[in-house]
Amino acid sequence: MFDLAQAAVEGALAAGAAYADARAIVSKQETIDVLNQNAESVDHTEKAGVGVRALIGSSWGFFATAKLTDASARAAGERAIEIANASAEVAGPPLELADVPVADASYETPHDEDPFSVPLSEKVDMLVAVSAAMQRVPGIGLARGSLRFWDTSKWFTSSQGHRIHQHVVESGGGLDATAIGEAETQRRSYPQSFGQYETGGYEVVRRWDFPGKAGRVAEEAAALLTAPECPEGEMDLILEGSQLGLQIHESVGHAIELDRILGWEAAFAGTSFLELSKLGSFRYGSPLMSIIADATIPGALGTFGFDDEGTPGQRVDVVREGIWVGVLSGRDSAAAAGLPPGGMVRGDGYNRLPMARMTNVGLLPGDSSLEEIIGDTRDGIYMATNRSWSIDDKRLNFQFGAEIAWEVKRGKLGRMLRNPTYTGITPRFWAAMDMLAGGDEWVHWGTPNCGKGQPIQVAHTGHSAAPARFREVRVGVKG
Amino acid sequence: MSRYLDLADQVLGLVGDRGEAEVLVYGGIEALTRFANSFIHQNVGEEQLSVTLKVAVDGRVSSATSTQTDDDALRRLVDATIEAARLRSVDPDWPGLAAPAVVPAVEHYDEATHFASPAERAAVVKAFVDVGPGLKAAGYCGTEGGTVAFVNSAGQRVEGRSTRSTIDGIHQTGTSAGSGHQTAGRLAELDGAAVGSVARRRAVESAEAFDLEPGEYEVVLAPECVATMVVFLCAYGLNAKQVAEGQSFAEVGKQQFDDRVAIWDDATGPGALGVLFDAEGTPKRRVELVTGGVTASLAHDRRTARKLDTESTGHAVPGGETWGAFPTNLFVGVGGETVEEMIAAVERGLYVSTFNYNRVLDPKTQVVTGLTRNGTFMITNGEITGSVTNLRYTQSFVEALGPGRVLGLGSDSRFAASEFGDGLIHTPSVRLASWNFTGGAEG
Repeated sequence: MFDLAQAAVEGALAAGAAYADARAIVSKQETIDVLNQNAESVDHTEKAGVGVRALIGSSWGFFATAKLTDASARAAGERAIEIANASAEVAGPPLELADVPVADASYETPHDEDPFSVPLSEKVDMLVAVSAAMQRVPGIGLARGSLRFWDTSKWFTSSQGHRIHQHVVESGGGLDATAIGEAETQRRSYPQSFGQYETGGYEVVRRWDFPGKAGRVAEEAAALLTAPECPEGEMDLILEGSQLGLQIHESVGHAIELDRILGWEAAFAGTSFLELSKLGSFRYGSPLMSIIADATIPGALGTFGFDDEGTPGQRVDVVREGIWVGVLSGRDSAAAAGLPPGGMVRGDGYNRLPMARMTNVGLLPGDSSLEEIIGDTRDGIYMATNRSWSIDDKRLNFQFGAEIAWEVKRGKLGRMLRNPTYTGITPRFWAAMDMLAGGDEWVHWGTPNCGKGQPIQVAHTGHSAAPARFREVRVGVKG
Repeated sequence: MSRYLDLADQVLGLVGDRGEAEVLVYGGIEALTRFANSFIHQNVGEEQLSVTLKVAVDGRVSSATSTQTDDDALRRLVDATIEAARLRSVDPDWPGLAAPAVVPAVEHYDEATHFASPAERAAVVKAFVDVGPGLKAAGYCGTEGGTVAFVNSAGQRVEGRSTRSTIDGIHQTGTSAGSGHQTAGRLAELDGAAVGSVARRRAVESAEAFDLEPGEYEVVLAPECVATMVVFLCAYGLNAKQVAEGQSFAEVGKQQFDDRVAIWDDATGPGALGVLFDAEGTPKRRVELVTGGVTASLAHDRRTARKLDTESTGHAVPGGETWGAFPTNLFVGVGGETVEEMIAAVERGLYVSTFNYNRVLDPKTQVVTGLTRNGTFMITNGEITGSVTNLRYTQSFVEALGPGRVLGLGSDSRFAASEFGDGLIHTPSVRLASWNFTGGAEG
């Protein structure tokens, strides 16, 4: 497969590329969805192909093919150049690339159990049993379980001499129970909405113990239907860890993507409220807020050896004690901004142009605990597990809905509440964080469905987070 | 007979009598020329070929997809899928295979679009960019063309070709952005300058926006807003799987919308895109979803049709076992009013160009939250009197289109971009009695 990638690069160079790189990728994915004890879908997808990008002037040209022959790979390189040359019709300033070491290396995700070797019957039977356990709770109309596994082998070469092989294994899944009411539905999920995913093998699934949690998930979903509505107003808000992980993803992770800051994503995903002139001085949040982008965290979903430009995965400070200090960058955006490249460029499969993506963007842990945070709260609300999410194109104005909430009165959890929502403006919200848990409550949450780019592509990202408290947040937004 | 049907037949032959099978082959080219800061910065293309096989062995179902089509790869695909099916329990909802049926003799295909060159796309981009000197343009021009072949072991055997092209983008001042969009079956129909002019005008006219107090306002919604509303209604409401699961608001036969609301799906019409059969091989036809405000029908695939004792409406999509059926050639009924006439009828309200980042809070209530984007304008006594900064809304889409709530229907129907993508829906602008804006620049 190295030969195919190299043929693509040589095809591009022969046609006039200033720089070219290529990825030959073989990937497989298994998806199992069970609803009400019936396996709705058991699907297996295998893809293989070569994607080559070539830089000429101010534009990348990119072409991908599923044909795995030397001639097709070489032709793909030539097509990439034809495409890049056409960009000169509407040209801009030349794109440069920040320097990175040229690596000849390999990487493999540590894993104990190959998820594709675990018998299909074992996986399906586990989900059916979990579904059955949830359906035993009165009021549950939909009892779902799902598993997803990915196995990706990549061979990367560049015109600068990179030669890197990586084998990444990812696993995970989740369960959810939905209670159907007359006028609304209520859902509870575990480990988080849309499931929890990590780099690793089937041991990831075993560790999260779906069967052990099914009963509680269903009981809470059923109870939500008759719980009182989340009140409207401003109050102290405590967020559970996975919900805070999504908060980080939407209001920090995307805002610090350097290509967004440079305007390269303006038409679709949007731009950012951050301005490069304020890097190093802008107050993003309270001093408790320290955020890193770290592609080396063992087991986290956004972990890899090298990004799709051959830059080693690394840890980068993004926010340090509330001050914005870092971005998510690639070689091109880093050069444009005069910053070091962060090793954060990935493409979704062989047929998507690599671009700057979140790795594991997460909060460093605090020294408190959820119990302490609740105990310190006189009048507030504790929200858990994401149900809806929406944020503006600059990553400023957001509104999130959670699956469940509890009122917090005089240091104790009170009544369960349904339809909790909260809204805010990003830096004001983060400035209001005044307590942060850590220890065992600090979890590397995995988000498998981050969309970006045109054509759209999906990245797997990680977000370390623990429960935290935010003062005087607007909650209970109603339609 | 094309090579795609040959390939599909080959896979079916490898299954033999080991089970029921359906095979879907797609081959084509997708290309996209992307621009930002007024120059082309990402320019991509892909030649695509994939084979999807679904088998049922005594009612035990499994599916698989591969991009590798050599003989060994196809044998592995078939054997592995059959083996996986044998390991499963019987699927009580397996509806069996679609019987042979004739597909309408309609094609939405243009060879020039299928094989469009990067230079041709760049020309459309240049026309868009050039109408906005001094502004920053961003967006894309895309073309795609391909062939879908479907065969099953019940004897259905169909093939179709389709093409699509899009120019979508924004012009930006230092303080604002305005958007424009056009989708068509043929690249030659795209007018980059005209679309760019719409974007430029919206950007320039919203450069000095003020913060408006959130609240309920009468609105005139541009086609992009209506498109998002309708695709949400279809995905979360008129989707028969959602109904079967008790998660939908839809009740067939009930007046659930204003009597001016008409929504139908019709792949056979001259303005439609795509091929004339669905992912299960069922031929497409015109399906009335909402007529005179009455919910007339749901979107079905064979699975939900069996469950609800009716027939497939030809809306099966890949992955439909989990997501349900989805119409991809939607039309919203037009009225006789121009956008200017609808604006002139508003005493105090807003004109909204697009909705952005829309997410449903609960599928049954169809309460959705999102934001305005790319040009939001104040209307006072029938005139545009300024532009406002982006607002957040939290609104039930069903309620917004409810009885007595549709005050005007535009005559400006066109393809409109939606939250779920381009090329799915034709819709005009509409004037609605109220829309609930729950937040603004201050939160």
